[in-house]
Amino acid sequence: MSETSMKRHMGLRASRAISNTLIYVLLIAISIIWLIPFFCIVLQSFRVESTWQVGYVIPKQWGFDNYVNLFSTDFPRWYVNTFITAVCTALLQTVIVLCMSYTLSRFRFKMRKPLMRFMLILGMFPGMLTMIILYRVLKDLGLTQANATPGLILVYVASSGMGYYVSKGFFDTIPKSLDEAARVDGATRFQVLKKIILPLSKPIVIYTVLTAFMGPWGDFVFARYISFGASAGMNVAVGLYNWLTPDQINKNYTMFCSGGVLVAVPVTLLFLFLQKYYVEGVTGGAVKG
Amino acid sequence: MKAYSDLEFLRLNKWQKMLYKLGRFFSSIPKGVAQLFIKLWGLIKNVFLAIGREAKDIVSTFIHGDWKTKVSYLVMGFGCLARGQILRGLLFLLFEIVFIGYMILAGAYWLSMMPSLGKVGPSEVYDEIFDTYVTTYNDNSFKILLYSVLTIFFIIAFIYTWRINIRQNKIAEKILASGKKLKSAKDDLRSVVDDQFHKTLLALPLTGIIVFTVLPIFFMVLVAFTNYDGAHDGYASNLFTWVGLDNFNTMLSWSSAGGTQSYAATFGEILAWTLIWAFFATFTNYFLGMFVAMAINKKGINLKKLWRTILVMTIAIPQFISLLYVSKMFAKDGIVNGFLMGMGWIDKALPFWEDATWARITVIVVNIWIGIPYLMLIATGILMNIPADLYESARIDGANPWQQYTKITLPYMLFITGPYLLTSFTGNMNNFNVIYLLTGGAPTNPAASSASGSVGYTDLLITWLFKITTGAESKYYLASVVGILVFIVVALISLIVYNVLPSIKNEEDFQ
Repeated sequence: MSETSMKRHMGLRASRAISNTLIYVLLIAISIIWLIPFFCIVLQSFRVESTWQVGYVIPKQWGFDNYVNLFSTDFPRWYVNTFITAVCTALLQTVIVLCMSYTLSRFRFKMRKPLMRFMLILGMFPGMLTMIILYRVLKDLGLTQANATPGLILVYVASSGMGYYVSKGFFDTIPKSLDEAARVDGATRFQVLKKIILPLSKPIVIYTVLTAFMGPWGDFVFARYISFGASAGMNVAVGLYNWLTPDQINKNYTMFCSGGVLVAVPVTLLFLFLQKYYVEGVTGGAVKG
Repeated sequence: MKAYSDLEFLRLNKWQKMLYKLGRFFSSIPKGVAQLFIKLWGLIKNVFLAIGREAKDIVSTFIHGDWKTKVSYLVMGFGCLARGQILRGLLFLLFEIVFIGYMILAGAYWLSMMPSLGKVGPSEVYDEIFDTYVTTYNDNSFKILLYSVLTIFFIIAFIYTWRINIRQNKIAEKILASGKKLKSAKDDLRSVVDDQFHKTLLALPLTGIIVFTVLPIFFMVLVAFTNYDGAHDGYASNLFTWVGLDNFNTMLSWSSAGGTQSYAATFGEILAWTLIWAFFATFTNYFLGMFVAMAINKKGINLKKLWRTILVMTIAIPQFISLLYVSKMFAKDGIVNGFLMGMGWIDKALPFWEDATWARITVIVVNIWIGIPYLMLIATGILMNIPADLYESARIDGANPWQQYTKITLPYMLFITGPYLLTSFTGNMNNFNVIYLLTGGAPTNPAASSASGSVGYTDLLITWLFKITTGAESKYYLASVVGILVFIVVALISLIVYNVLPSIKNEEDFQ
């Protein structure tokens, strides 16, 4: 190796080392910025000396008071409401979404393209508008306010068929020759689905269950509209939101933090546990849209 | 604009090339829009042609059909029953009976009330025995509108089924004429899980979508042409009725009342901010997310999994917690201001949510914090698919990292994520959660407050719609008008992008 090329080589190496160091600094900074709010929320949930918002993070006095106090509020009720909603939605929505996406991916029928286009156009309407009428109808059925949970499940599940994109993208990647081989052997379409496609679809099933389960924990608009004013029918998002309104925040700020931690921890753990499937779903299906 | 040949194009310098491309882009918009209308016209024409074909077929089936077929025009399923397809025949017949029964018992009444939406409102009658006024409720505009819409949907379903019934007869005649046997009930049942399996699978999801999305949207579009609001709820207070295009006139008129802005001005301001927001929210996330993904993917960076997991974790935490908390962090007495003042860097709290410009920028910045992890995941998936030898050969040709990025990475990403960018743009236009949970639309715009609800500088059309609905006057009709306008804007943007983009894309392809 000649001397100049040696120098160039070492120069390259040095510049790579510098750029890598910069990237490490950047990544550490990003990690801190992304984690700091959650770090703060956890710390403040243990603050005992005051219940309102303060300009410092580390509590002067530590304790579990905020967590204990949660149980004398409606929080457990909200938690149960949300949990029931999430479980039911996860199960029913998965069935509906998979039916829809499987059909649109695997079958070729006359109305397929018009149907997909129709749903695309339908999705351009702000869905929020429909809650005015849905609220009145659900109210007539007695599924609002204190009984909001079943009403909410119904609303979430009923129109979930429109979110078929990601799982359709997944089904598109399973080779069609598998179906055809089974059909030649005399299997019905239903048997093809049950015996061949479903066993291959574990990742997308888990992805759909996971996203459907996580949705209700964060939903705010519909839940608030349908449970309007009745604490017994609220979900965690609506209940905790009300603790941060100007007349409540001084009394309940630290309790909001502890409530937030209790909601976030199980959901996050479940998510991290199933992270692999989520990443697969997002990178595989979301882009094809 | 004049189109250059490839050779002429190559002779231009960098700036001329860019200008040329920009010019081509904008000059192709009118063509794209024109093509759009041609396509729409073609669509409408096709619908009418199809209806014409159907009508012709119905008539010719009647003329050429045997008596069983002819009776089926009146008694649905008669042909099937007469030819031994009992199950099908009974289903058709049952549907017809239910339909006629419904129309006689209820449907006709609702349809007859539809033009007026109710004649007699609630009335107060003096009750002598109890010495009080008793309110009696009479017509209910809301129910009338709802059930007449349902009836219309039912009639459409009936016509469709009737058409199928006729086609069945035609097919059955043909099969019998060729000497084959008709399908038995057992065959029909088997087809539910076989030939017709797609219909079985779609039945449930589509019913849900029709009942809980299509019907409500249809209903709400109609509401835009009524005066349905808190004071005219159609039952307890006053009936509501059709007002034609009045609400659209209100929304789009520039005349203002009481020293405050007109609706059109408010709408224009909010629309402008909505578009600015959607643009920045989409592209800041897109490029920064891609950048973070590239940083993590870079050769020689360790602990890739850890960095990714930290970011991905933040997706899992329900947005209302993180958004509400971050919103309070930036409050006047929040942690951020507390920290900055504690360090002695500022001596007065920064107006993160109090000043219009500050609030708008803060919203966009916080949205980056929300959006990057998701974009990072998407970008990682795509970046890993770019063939490594592309970079290899670029390096051998002496391309620096920036050139590699603009010539390989970016075009590849844009090519794959084009549709995603569009959906993410329109999704951001309707990004209710981020705005509502962070600012609630604040700071308030005093000039615009005449429009229902208090409109703020960070309000998007969608949060405005929500405020109109939940505001003191609950002007549902106005919310509905805003909703329709949002739809028109989103649809126009999507259509233009879909129609214009491919021509641009093809130009990029050969580079």
